[in-house]
Amino acid sequence: MTAPHAKSSAPVDDSTPAGSLRVEDLHKSFGELEVLKGVSLSANRGDVIAIIGGSGSGKSTLLRCINFLETPSSGRIIIGGEEVEMKADGSPANRRQLERIRTKLAMVFQSFNLWTHRTLLENVIEVPVHVLKVPKDKAIERARQLLERVGLANREDTYPAFMSGGQQQRAAIARALAVDPSVMLFDEPTSALDPELVGEVLNVMRDLAAEGRTMLVVTHEMNFAREVATHVVYLYEGRIEEQGPPAEVFGNPKSERLRQFLKTIN
Amino acid sequence: MMEAIRPFLVPHRIILFLIFVGIVIWAAVSLRWDWLPEYALLALEALWRTIWLLAASVVLGFLLAIPLGIAQAIGPWYLAWPAKVFCTIIRGTPLLLQIWLLYYGLGSLFPTIDGIRETWMWPYLRQAWPYAVLALTLSFAGYEGEIMRGAFSGVARGQLEAARSFGMPPFTMFRRIWLPQAIRNVLPTLGGETILQLKATPLVATITVVEIFAVSSRVRQDTFIVYEPLLLLALVYMMIAGVIAFAFRKFEQRIPSRVSRN
Repeated sequence: MTAPHAKSSAPVDDSTPAGSLRVEDLHKSFGELEVLKGVSLSANRGDVIAIIGGSGSGKSTLLRCINFLETPSSGRIIIGGEEVEMKADGSPANRRQLERIRTKLAMVFQSFNLWTHRTLLENVIEVPVHVLKVPKDKAIERARQLLERVGLANREDTYPAFMSGGQQQRAAIARALAVDPSVMLFDEPTSALDPELVGEVLNVMRDLAAEGRTMLVVTHEMNFAREVATHVVYLYEGRIEEQGPPAEVFGNPKSERLRQFLKTIN
Repeated sequence: MMEAIRPFLVPHRIILFLIFVGIVIWAAVSLRWDWLPEYALLALEALWRTIWLLAASVVLGFLLAIPLGIAQAIGPWYLAWPAKVFCTIIRGTPLLLQIWLLYYGLGSLFPTIDGIRETWMWPYLRQAWPYAVLALTLSFAGYEGEIMRGAFSGVARGQLEAARSFGMPPFTMFRRIWLPQAIRNVLPTLGGETILQLKATPLVATITVVEIFAVSSRVRQDTFIVYEPLLLLALVYMMIAGVIAFAFRKFEQRIPSRVSRN
């Protein structure tokens, strides 16, 4: 799966196992507005990185640049030791390589984005069957296990429109797990949920962290970040203002802005 | 059984139904239907032709509307522009004019081409119905192309982003996510458009295609009976329209509500 590509002349750490992620000096501008001003971070297999920050800090953009839903302006993105080939303007240079890498990067969206014309089960098997070419009966078997795991075993024939937000988000997590991702990207997964539904989604995510999945989580749930993350990154106006283990970042913030941010959010 | 008819057992519905029965009895008894046996076979053939023209032009037209819609929704200017021009011209001119331009214009150009009478195409080119199918297809494509443009644009961005984020190649995304959702968006409109198309088919009678409308004209010319064939014709069109509406409603019911709670 991770065939070396021709253009990786830059020294990339060959020892990096699957499940690692590195972002180097990532910049992103929307026209005149520079949203990311050189962000670097790295995750090893099993790391859970919580990305926090105020609105407009660039945290969602950072996540969306990693799988190229937004085209970065410059920088490097290395997933499982393989660098995503980029043109000079930051756009992906090799569509097939990007598609292959994306199948290893499952994303969970704020607004779930389950495919509304398909049932739960169909949502979960869609990518395995039609992108990864897994035999349909195998995909269905695995999908049922995943739906059971997120607590939706009896809802497989339901359409997304008939489920609560929490159920939809858990289903979206099952869909993400179905591709057996090496890195999971969570873009504010609980922000669109009613307060009483947040817990059920966070529990599923805790479970994933415990089994050693590499996760990047943009979140406003500070308790979740404190308890589950191995590393917390605080973004401020497109730069990493402070980062470190959660105990340090939350217990003893060094930057005045982070202190302010934590005060307003609590 | 009783459950099924109960909603109809209310005074105003019973009265309307009795009036309807009365009209039917009056029509059967006091109007002239003695011409019917003579023209029945012709009418059936012509009815089949109407249905066939409708089905062919709706299916082909819709297949053409998909690229017309996608070209306008996301195509580069050199595709979007011609598609836009095509839809504008089709929607801006009378269908009768389009039919005549194709049949009397294009149709009269072909015989001037040397050697065309010896090719396999000639048996088709010298008949009227291929021009009828072509004109009706282009017309339907013009209207539906515009509607599909909106339908493609109307599919939520997040639906496509989710597909892209999982590494779905563009064509797979189009086939599995975008097109089905766009078609679901237009289904309610499409039923009505198909009925409009049905009611446009009589225009091809003007280029010698004998469909059901042409038969009523034939009866009138032969027998000087005016109203009876027209009344029967109205009934036939209403029945076809009813079948179309019913089929589309059934089809829509099989697809879940697109209203998402979140």
